[in-house]
Amino acid sequence: MYQYILKRLLLMIPTLLGAGLLVFLLLRLVPGDVCILRMTGGAGYVDPKAIDLCRSELGLDRSYAVQFLTFIWDFVRFDFGKSMWTGRPIVEEVGLRFELSLQIAIMATLTAILLAIPLGTISAVKQNTWIDYVVRGFSIAGIAMPSFWLGVLIILGLLITTKSVFGSPWMPPIKYVPIWVDPLYNLSMTIFPALATGYRYSAVATRMTRSALLEVLREDYVRTARAKGLIQKLIIRRHALGNALLPVVTIIGIEFAFLMGGLVVTEQVFNLNGLGKLFVASVTHHDYTMTQVLVMLVATIFVVTNFVVDIIYAWLDPRIRYK
Amino acid sequence: MNLSRYLKPVSVAALGAAVAFSFSGISAQAAPKQGGTLNFVVPDEPPSWDGHRETTFALIHPFAPFYSVLIKVNPDNPSSPTDFVCDLCTEMPTPTDGNKTYTFKIKQGVKFHDGSPLTAHDVVASFKKIIFPPEGTTSARVAYFVMVESVEAPDDHTVVFKLKYPSGAFLPALATPFNFIYSKAKLAEDIRWYEKNVMGSGPFKFAGREAGAYVRGERNKDFHVAGQPYLDGFEAIFSNKQAVQVQAVRGDRAAIQFRGFPPKSTEDLVNALGKDITVQESDWNCVLLFTPNHKKKPFDDARVRRALTLAVDRWGGSQSLSRIAIVKAVGGVVFPGHPLAATKAELQQIPGFWPDINKSRAEAKRLLQEAGVPDLKFVLWNRAVDQPYTIVGTWLIDQWRQIGVTVEQKMEPTGPFYARLRSAEFDVTVDFNCQSVVNPLLDVGKFLSEDVGNESYGAYVDRDLDKIFETMNRTSDEAEQRKLMRQFEKRVLDVQAHSFVTLWWNRIIPHRAYVKGWKVSPSHYLNQDLANVWLDK
Repeated sequence: MYQYILKRLLLMIPTLLGAGLLVFLLLRLVPGDVCILRMTGGAGYVDPKAIDLCRSELGLDRSYAVQFLTFIWDFVRFDFGKSMWTGRPIVEEVGLRFELSLQIAIMATLTAILLAIPLGTISAVKQNTWIDYVVRGFSIAGIAMPSFWLGVLIILGLLITTKSVFGSPWMPPIKYVPIWVDPLYNLSMTIFPALATGYRYSAVATRMTRSALLEVLREDYVRTARAKGLIQKLIIRRHALGNALLPVVTIIGIEFAFLMGGLVVTEQVFNLNGLGKLFVASVTHHDYTMTQVLVMLVATIFVVTNFVVDIIYAWLDPRIRYK
Repeated sequence: MNLSRYLKPVSVAALGAAVAFSFSGISAQAAPKQGGTLNFVVPDEPPSWDGHRETTFALIHPFAPFYSVLIKVNPDNPSSPTDFVCDLCTEMPTPTDGNKTYTFKIKQGVKFHDGSPLTAHDVVASFKKIIFPPEGTTSARVAYFVMVESVEAPDDHTVVFKLKYPSGAFLPALATPFNFIYSKAKLAEDIRWYEKNVMGSGPFKFAGREAGAYVRGERNKDFHVAGQPYLDGFEAIFSNKQAVQVQAVRGDRAAIQFRGFPPKSTEDLVNALGKDITVQESDWNCVLLFTPNHKKKPFDDARVRRALTLAVDRWGGSQSLSRIAIVKAVGGVVFPGHPLAATKAELQQIPGFWPDINKSRAEAKRLLQEAGVPDLKFVLWNRAVDQPYTIVGTWLIDQWRQIGVTVEQKMEPTGPFYARLRSAEFDVTVDFNCQSVVNPLLDVGKFLSEDVGNESYGAYVDRDLDKIFETMNRTSDEAEQRKLMRQFEKRVLDVQAHSFVTLWWNRIIPHRAYVKGWKVSPSHYLNQDLANVWLDK
C-alpha cells in the first residue's frame, strides 16, 4: 500500500509538468499581450517604448524556452512570482480567493451529500413508484439546468419576491466577508451559490446513488439478508448502502475538485471573489503567470483529490488492495 | 434626459414629476446632507494604482477620490467641454508671454493624508513625472503635453508652465483626471511608489482594499474645500458582469455604476424601481469608427473607401440604434456640441452624412462600379464586446448590404483585437476613439499618419493631414482652429477617406434616486472625485 502511495505521488510530477507545458504553450498562442492590453485602455496614445519597457520588466522579451524553464523552476521552489497584471505576489492574490472558493466548495459538497444520498436511497427503494418519478424528475432537472442560470433565477426571484412582500427588493451581498468575522452576513452571501451549485452536483450523485443501490439490492447477499428476516432499513443501512457508495464517493471527489476553480460563471453571477473569477480575469488580461499558476493549482487539486478518493475507496472496501 | 422612453407600465406623468424634481439642481432641493457611505460597482480592477501610468476608468472610479488635481472640469457643469475650474489652484490663470506661460497659484494649507503639507513643489514633481517621465517609468499621456517646454516652482505656492508654442490643447490636457498630484517626497523615495500605494490630498483617505473585491475610502476631515466631502466614505465593489451590476443597483447593494448601462438594462431598472431610480444621460466622448486598410486592395483606392461611408445611414441609424445600444449622436471627428464640432449643415456636406440616403447609396454603387469592384466582399474585424461594438458592426454589415457589398464579421476578444489593429492584418476594422477631457485638438490625433500617430491603424501616410494638425495645434485663435478643423475633417472623411465615424456613444447612468450632487459628464473618466456627492436618505 505504501509503495502504491509513493508511486502515485511520483506520478503527479509528470502529470503536473504536462499540464504546465500545455497551458504555457496555449497562452502564448493567443495574439496580444498584457502590456498592450494594459496601455491601450481607451485607444489613447501608447508609447512603444512604454510597451517595450513593460515587456522587459515582465520577462516577455526572453525566449519561450527560458520563460518556461523559469516558470517550472520557480514553481518547484514554490516561488509563484508576481501577477503580470497587478504586479502583486500571486500567492497573495490566490490566497484571498482560495478561502472563498473552498468555503463554497465545502458548502456545495455538503448540500449535495445531504440531498443525494437520502434521495437516491428513497428513489432506489421505492423504484417505479411516484416517489421514484419525482426524485428522478428532480435530479434530471438538476443535471439539465446550468448552475449559473439557476443562480440568476435565484437572484431575480429574491429581488422580485422581496419587493412584492416587503416593498423593497433584497439580494445577497456582493462583497465577501469571512465567516468568522460576520457569520450571518457570510452565510447570506454564500448559501445561494452553494445551493445553486450543490443542487446540480447532487443531481448527478443522486442518479449514481440510485443506480448503484439498485444494483446492490439485487445481490445474493441482500436476498440472503432478507431471507434471514432482517428489516429493510437495516439491510439498506448495514449491508447495501456502504457498497453502493463506492462510485458515489468517486463522483463527489471529482466534483469537489471541479468546484475549486471551475465555478467560473457561477462566481461571476454571484460576484464571488473566488478562483473562478480570478481565472477569467487572468485569461482576459493575458496574465500568463497568474493563469499558469491557477491551472497548476487546479491540476494539483484534481490529482490530489483523485488520489484521496482512491485511498478512501480502499478504506471503504477491504477487498481493494493497491500494490 | 428623457426617462419616458424607458417606461412601460409606469405612469409617465408621475415619473416625469419625480425626474424633474431630481434634476432641478441643488438650489431647489434640500441642502446637501452629511453622512452615509456610497456603494458603487466598478466593472474592472485596475492593474496598478498609478494614475500617471494607467488609462483605464477602472483606476479613476475607485482611486480618483483619494487625490487632488490642479484643475478639473467644473463638477457643477461637467457636460461643458470648456468649463474648467481650480482644484488645487486658487484661480484659473490668464496666459502671458504670447499665451505661452501659465502661472498657477497653489492653495495654502493643503495637506496630504499623512499630514505633510502640499506645495507647488509637489505639483511640479507630479507633472514632471507625467510630462518628462524618468527613465524606467511609464507615463501614458506624454503626447498630451508635447507643447510643454518646462514646469517649475519659483516658490512654495507658484507653478509656472512654459509652452514651446501657444496651444488650445494645453488646458484640457491639464484637466485630465489622471493627473493626480503626488508627494514629491514619496516620488523621491521610489518613483514607482504610487503603483501600489495611495497617499493623496483628495476628499477621501484610503481605508483598505481586498484584491478583486473592493476599495474603501473614508472622509478626509482636512480636505481643502470647506464643508466637503459630504459622504462619510465610499466602497467601490468590483464586478465585471453587467447583469450583476444591474442587479446590485436594483437590490440596493450598490447605488450607482459610473460607466453606464445600455437602454434595456436602464428600462429594466426603471420598470422595477420606478421613482427610486434617476436616469442621467449625456453624449459620450467615445466614438466607433471603421477603418479600411490602405495597404490592402481594393481599399488602397479612395473611391472604394468613400463608397463604404456613403452607404451608411447615420441619421436613420441614430434613431434606431439608440434604443438598443449606447450610441446616439451623429457627429464628425469632433465631439458633438464642442465649439470646434461641425454644425449639422456642415456635416451634411460630407459624404456619409448627406440627408438623402438613397442618393448617397446610388453614388456609392457608382464609385464601386468605377473602381471595378461592384460585388465587393471583405471581412470586418470587430471587438467581441456587445455594447456597442457587436451591435454597430452588425448594423454596418446591413448598411453595406444595401449597396451590394457582402461582409463577414469576425469577432475577437480584446487582446487579439488590439494585436490585429497594431499589425494591420485586416481588410476593414472597427476602430474607436475614447478620450477623457474633451480636447478635440489632441483627440483628432487619432487620424494622423501611421508613423506620426500611434493610435492610427489605417496604414496610411498623409503629410498634408499631419501639417493641418500641427498648424491647428500651434494657434490659439479659435476661429483659425475651427477653420483648420473643418479642413482636417474633410480630408479624413472625404478627400482622402481615411477612416470613418459611425455614431458617438451615449452615456446612460441609472442610479438610486438618493444619490445627489453627481452630474453626468461626456466621459466616464470625468467628475469622479465624489467630493460633492451626498445621499438623501
